[in-house]
Amino acid sequence: MKYFHLIWAALFRRKTRTLFTLFSVLAAFLLFGLLDSVRSAFAVGSSSVAAAERLITVSRISFTLALPKSLLARIQAVPGAADVTYANWFGGVYQDPKNFFPSQAVADNFFDLYPEWELAPDQRKAFHDIRTGAVVGATLAEKFHWKVGDKIPLQATIFPQKNNSNTWTFDVVGIYHVADPNLRGQENNFFFKWDYFDEARQFGNGTVGWYVVKLADRNRADQVAEAIDALSADSDHETKTESEQAFMAAMMGQFADIGLIVGTIMGAVFFTLVLLTGNTMAQAVRERIPELAVLKTVGFTSRTVLGLVLGESVLLLVLGGVAGLGLAGAVVSAVRTSLPAMGPTSPMVPVGEAIWLRGLGLMVLTGLVVGALPALKGMRLRIVDALSGH
Amino acid sequence: MGAIVEIRDLSKVYERGKQRVEVLHHVNLDIEEGDFVALMGPSGSGKSTLLNLIGGLDSPTGGTVAVAGKRIDKLSEDALANWRASNVGFVFQFYNLLPMLSAQKNVELPLLLTRLSAAQRKRHASTALELVGLAERAAHKPSELSGGQQQRVAIARAIVSDPTLLVGDEPTGDLDRQSAVEILTLLRELNRDHGKTIIMVTHDPKAAEYALRTLHLDKGTLVETEESPTRERSEALRA
Repeated sequence: MKYFHLIWAALFRRKTRTLFTLFSVLAAFLLFGLLDSVRSAFAVGSSSVAAAERLITVSRISFTLALPKSLLARIQAVPGAADVTYANWFGGVYQDPKNFFPSQAVADNFFDLYPEWELAPDQRKAFHDIRTGAVVGATLAEKFHWKVGDKIPLQATIFPQKNNSNTWTFDVVGIYHVADPNLRGQENNFFFKWDYFDEARQFGNGTVGWYVVKLADRNRADQVAEAIDALSADSDHETKTESEQAFMAAMMGQFADIGLIVGTIMGAVFFTLVLLTGNTMAQAVRERIPELAVLKTVGFTSRTVLGLVLGESVLLLVLGGVAGLGLAGAVVSAVRTSLPAMGPTSPMVPVGEAIWLRGLGLMVLTGLVVGALPALKGMRLRIVDALSGH
Repeated sequence: MGAIVEIRDLSKVYERGKQRVEVLHHVNLDIEEGDFVALMGPSGSGKSTLLNLIGGLDSPTGGTVAVAGKRIDKLSEDALANWRASNVGFVFQFYNLLPMLSAQKNVELPLLLTRLSAAQRKRHASTALELVGLAERAAHKPSELSGGQQQRVAIARAIVSDPTLLVGDEPTGDLDRQSAVEILTLLRELNRDHGKTIIMVTHDPKAAEYALRTLHLDKGTLVETEESPTRERSEALRA
């Protein structure tokens, strides 16, 4: 630490150049934080169902294919399944196609399985009793100035009614809240009763989009998932049971290979960063050759000079990187608050300990890579030549 | 007093491509503790090379160099660096201060290699700056100081770790006459009042007059030694 002031002073010897380089590093690690947050969300999703709290059962062929409602009783009978509910994607829009938000037809007991979505008992009862009842998230209600008692017409994009009308009218009977301010994005959902939906829709009657299973023991998730999928083995509606996160990942995976896209972008960003900061460091050390020679003259060993230049390079990356990751954390938090969630999970995870550790590792590694050549140059310089300007 | 620098049969050859340039030829020299020696000679005579070899900045091709009884001609690069840190103070023509550090921090540089605490380093550096008459400019950066003041800071840096030897390569070569006189007077005081052994390369005969002895080199060979008239007076003062 006694050399820190030397490293700091060398880094800010040319303030403008260093600040521009710091901004580049900041931008690179801002991108890293955002992309790693997305990648982590999908990585969690694709991991084992072990220790999941809730399982989602969908068609093995595609989550867009429906499953028979008759499966409900059989899933309820699976040992380890504490409670089961179901839902169906509706995909309606309000007044204008741009007013799209997640809308789903759900079973009466749906909110029993999502205690994190707080719904007043009288509103829960109203949802149970009123056939056209709908429960909306507080953020969504605020956006469109909806309140309990309003009639809301949604235009169906998939399911017309039996009378060929695409307009479905619902009565807002409840508004749910999410306690965690970081998860306000989950308040953008619109739920209505599956019974009404199933009676009135033109096709697909008697089927549901997916089942949600609450586990009696979260550590037995693997066994329960296997038992549920065994119910439909060799049938025309084979199922795949996975954790909520895996379900989200599979949904998004239909559109693109998130890992590949994220990896490619990050690779390009860091390749550019290495070239840019490498050039800055090389230039900075070239300008300071006589000063490094002075350090050696007064007794600094070659290894210490090597360490000083590498330290400077790592410090440059860490300063810019920490600022970038900090900013990414704020942006992810804001996005998670405002982004409508497809369900209880978000396509971004908070910039937490794991992303910070990966980011810090990447900062140090990039710092060592870009500092290596200039540091070797500094280490190998001959004092006599350097001081005489050769 | 005994010889603090003992040089025997010292040679230095530089290889430039296929060409061999012998800069020093079999030099023999003793420098006593407390001496103030000026090295003079025309360009290319080998005086800076000799100074670099005495200061441990370079290694000889042949012969031996011993300082305070320790052979330094065969030391490894790291061992030589450690030896320089505790035995030699350097003063250069162009001061060679680190521009981004204050005078105080520049002077503290050699002390970073010691076990002294931050407070002790600061105290030592302040004392050295006081000795060269720049205590009140401690917080200034080199760019805020005149050439003479920068060279004083460089001298403070050279003496802060109380080295055995002080070596200067044209320490007044970049200064105006008035500043040069101030620097030479300071070096003479360090020699006379603090007993520092000083070896100084110079082109300037007026600068050499401040030394107790002047050695002349020509084509890599010591050709003449002159005792300064000030030597007797200086020795009498010390006695």
